[in-house]
Amino acid sequence: MRIPCPICGERDRREFYYKGAAVALDRPGPDAGEAAWDAYVYLRENPAGRTRELWYHEGGCGAWLVVTRDTVSHEIFGAELAGEADV
Amino acid sequence: MAELIAKTPCEGLLPLTVGGVSLTEENPGVMTVVAPFRGREAALAQAMRAAHGVAFPAPNRSAVRAGARAIWFGRGQALLVGPEPDPSLAEHAALTDQSDAWALVRIEGERVEDVLARLVPVDLRVRLFKRGHTARTLIGHMAGSVTRVGPRAFQLIVFRSMAATLVHEVRTAMEAIAARGVLEG
Repeated sequence: MRIPCPICGERDRREFYYKGAAVALDRPGPDAGEAAWDAYVYLRENPAGRTRELWYHEGGCGAWLVVTRDTVSHEIFGAELAGEADV
Repeated sequence: MAELIAKTPCEGLLPLTVGGVSLTEENPGVMTVVAPFRGREAALAQAMRAAHGVAFPAPNRSAVRAGARAIWFGRGQALLVGPEPDPSLAEHAALTDQSDAWALVRIEGERVEDVLARLVPVDLRVRLFKRGHTARTLIGHMAGSVTRVGPRAFQLIVFRSMAATLVHEVRTAMEAIAARGVLEG
């Protein structure tokens, strides 16, 4: 599996640390209420197919990336800098 | 009063030559991480060029001039190796002295690409990875920096605390390549 880092170029999966679904980019406001915070902290989808995930280029440039990946085929559709990604 | 004796990161471990590939320590002097402030990249590049003759390198690139080497060192970072950084750089970038933080080695020889192919998950063949090209990547299990400095020579940088592991990993790869060379005649 290879991930196209927007800074370094296409790199081996070993250079990256996997964080999980890219929900952390969509943090609820402090007053969003218990249900929203419960969902943000505890509830995760378990999709079979295309999903957006956070990966950290730990063994490379040190950027956080949003990677779009198919959980069934492991196909990587693209990666963008987390700071510039649409939520 | 105790007298402190300075030791280089690879003291007692290098130099080393196996199968025509040599591994030697480099003692480059001052090492400074240069991290430009937001929006000051162009001004920093100009100041670096004026003071040290090398611009702030683009990702995956390095430049060398008159004893000063600027190596791209991660997102928004370069490592300036050699000279004491000119004070004018501090207007545009955060400067961090890391002279004692890194171990620098040079690996050189006919089969250097084969040796590094066992350790580094980046294609380092000269067709793709030319002199001056650099990568932040893995060397074995260590995060490090790999730069091509010649047709058959690379510079490797890892944390100083991992100097012994680096030498061990590279030696193992050198011995394996040398053994294959014997088998293949």
